[in-house]
Amino acid sequence: MLSTFLATLPSTLEQGLLYAVLALGIMITYTILDFPDLTVDGSFPLGGAVSTTLLLRGWDPLAALLAATACGALAGLCTGLIHVKLRVRALFSGIIMMTALYSINLRITGGNALLSIPRTASTLFRNNAAADLLPPWLRVPIIAGLLVLALKVLLDLFLSTRAGYLLRAAGDNETVVTALGRDKGNVKIAGLTMANALVALSGAVVCQEQRLFEVSMGTGTMVLALASVIIGVNLFRRVERVRPTTAVIAGSILYKVCVAFAIACGLSPMDMKLVTAALFLGILASGSLKRKEKAHA
Amino acid sequence: MLELRQIDKVYNPGTVREIGLFSDFSLTVPKGQFVSVVGSNGSGKTTLLNILCGSLPPDSGQVLLDGQDITRQKEHLRARRFARIYQNPALGTCAKMSIRENMALADNKRRRMNLRPGTDRSRLPLWRQMLAELGLGLENMMEARAGSLSGGQRQALALTMSRLTPVDFLILDEHTAALDPKAADIIMHLTDRMVRESGLTAIMVTHNLRFALDYGDRLLMMHQGHAVLDVRDEGKRRLEMEDLLRLFNEISVECGN
Ligand SMILES: Nc1ncnc2c1ncn2[C@@H]1O[C@H](COP(=O)(O)OP(=O)(O)OP(=O)(O)O)[C@@H](O)[C@H]1O
Ligand SMILES: [Mg+2]
Repeated sequence: MLSTFLATLPSTLEQGLLYAVLALGIMITYTILDFPDLTVDGSFPLGGAVSTTLLLRGWDPLAALLAATACGALAGLCTGLIHVKLRVRALFSGIIMMTALYSINLRITGGNALLSIPRTASTLFRNNAAADLLPPWLRVPIIAGLLVLALKVLLDLFLSTRAGYLLRAAGDNETVVTALGRDKGNVKIAGLTMANALVALSGAVVCQEQRLFEVSMGTGTMVLALASVIIGVNLFRRVERVRPTTAVIAGSILYKVCVAFAIACGLSPMDMKLVTAALFLGILASGSLKRKEKAHA
Repeated sequence: MLELRQIDKVYNPGTVREIGLFSDFSLTVPKGQFVSVVGSNGSGKTTLLNILCGSLPPDSGQVLLDGQDITRQKEHLRARRFARIYQNPALGTCAKMSIRENMALADNKRRRMNLRPGTDRSRLPLWRQMLAELGLGLENMMEARAGSLSGGQRQALALTMSRLTPVDFLILDEHTAALDPKAADIIMHLTDRMVRESGLTAIMVTHNLRFALDYGDRLLMMHQGHAVLDVRDEGKRRLEMEDLLRLFNEISVECGN
């Protein structure tokens, strides 16, 4: 049991890195904006659909990633506009976009529920100048690692700018944003746009790595990412000087390790979502139980 | 100049809980005037401020700023010329952000919210000095989260933040209510200085009759959506605590409490 777990550990860690981009996106909506954004269940596969379709048409992998990111941004923008301008509740705005995106994703792939990228195609991880320099077993960890690191640094930098302060204020106390003479709705829209751009990018990267797009790959994205974010944030709660982005990336990796461990213990991949749900419940319950204890003390 | 013209406001119209608060209420505050507002609970003081600041639309009537009708202007656009301290200390600061970041936010109000560094380090000494004037030791805990401060400390921080913003109007809703007597005195003193130094037009709601008498050029007593007392300058200076208390009791008795 332990040997299977250890044997799959490298690929587990890789998965953690690939999904860390997704977790960074969710961090923006959930942790910073305090917005339960279900759009991600649609924008994650959206990124995959766009990037895979473009790759199959012979696009450069990086250009395909950028296009996927832009489409994700557009999806987030729509959710934001629905919520702010049409005054639809946060949860419903996300559900509306998620539902619409399911069909849109199928449209993008030309009606194919499944797309696979041939081994010979050039992706972010193979058949390109940078990847060819690396030994095969190091390609995914290094390329995904660099991507995650770059995004983390960029996000940290952004959060320390004036615009970043405003975004954090919008999730913290809307009244302050209004008092600063800024439209809180616009700030929220900007945050949702950024978050879904990251989510779609993550979907695109995951598809390029597994060389497969599947229309239902988005189901449960939100819960999976939220679990990563909450694990990370809770784990490092007491540690000073750990940036939330670092915590969230660690959370994403740890989440994948937990799931891999459960599977190594004999659970079938079929039970994956059940494991996710149980893990998620465990984290939330232990968090609120702890808080209760404190309140009684 | 700030003007309310024939404001009507009814809460929950057409229901059993209908509360007709203002009818045909008018108020003119000339530039540079410091108005203290007192009145019993539920007399409409906060509602008055909400209508002024655009947090709440009046049913009818107009709000004018220097003669310009701003009744339909969005709240955040109005906020460019208003600073406001809320009755609830949690509303004025961002709990998850540090004292430094909160001060930086306020200092950025006049600037563009672009990709420049959020904290302008060259302003830190000024922020420390302003916080030191509060006498609460906040200047030594710049990295503490605002949410970890007490209500009074948060209120003091909110007032200091508003001192950093380039505004013409200061709206205060019981901003000393959460403070201990000594801190309340310090904050009240600072408020007065801020109003005088920057030539602000200020409206201060307070339950502290002493503050209402000692500070400001004009005193308004609200009762059920009406100004039952409106004295200024010489008239206000002649007003004694006893007169004020007597009037306050009269309207309370009338109300049956
Ligand atoms: N959002 C609301 N919906 C319905 N009624 C309201 C609302 N806000 C205030 N009221 C009612 O309007 C009246 C005036 O309330 P307001 O908050 O303006 O009083 P106040 O003078 O600020 O009182 P306090 O001294 O307690 O702060 C109260 O009777 C209150 O019940
Ligand atoms: Mg009030």
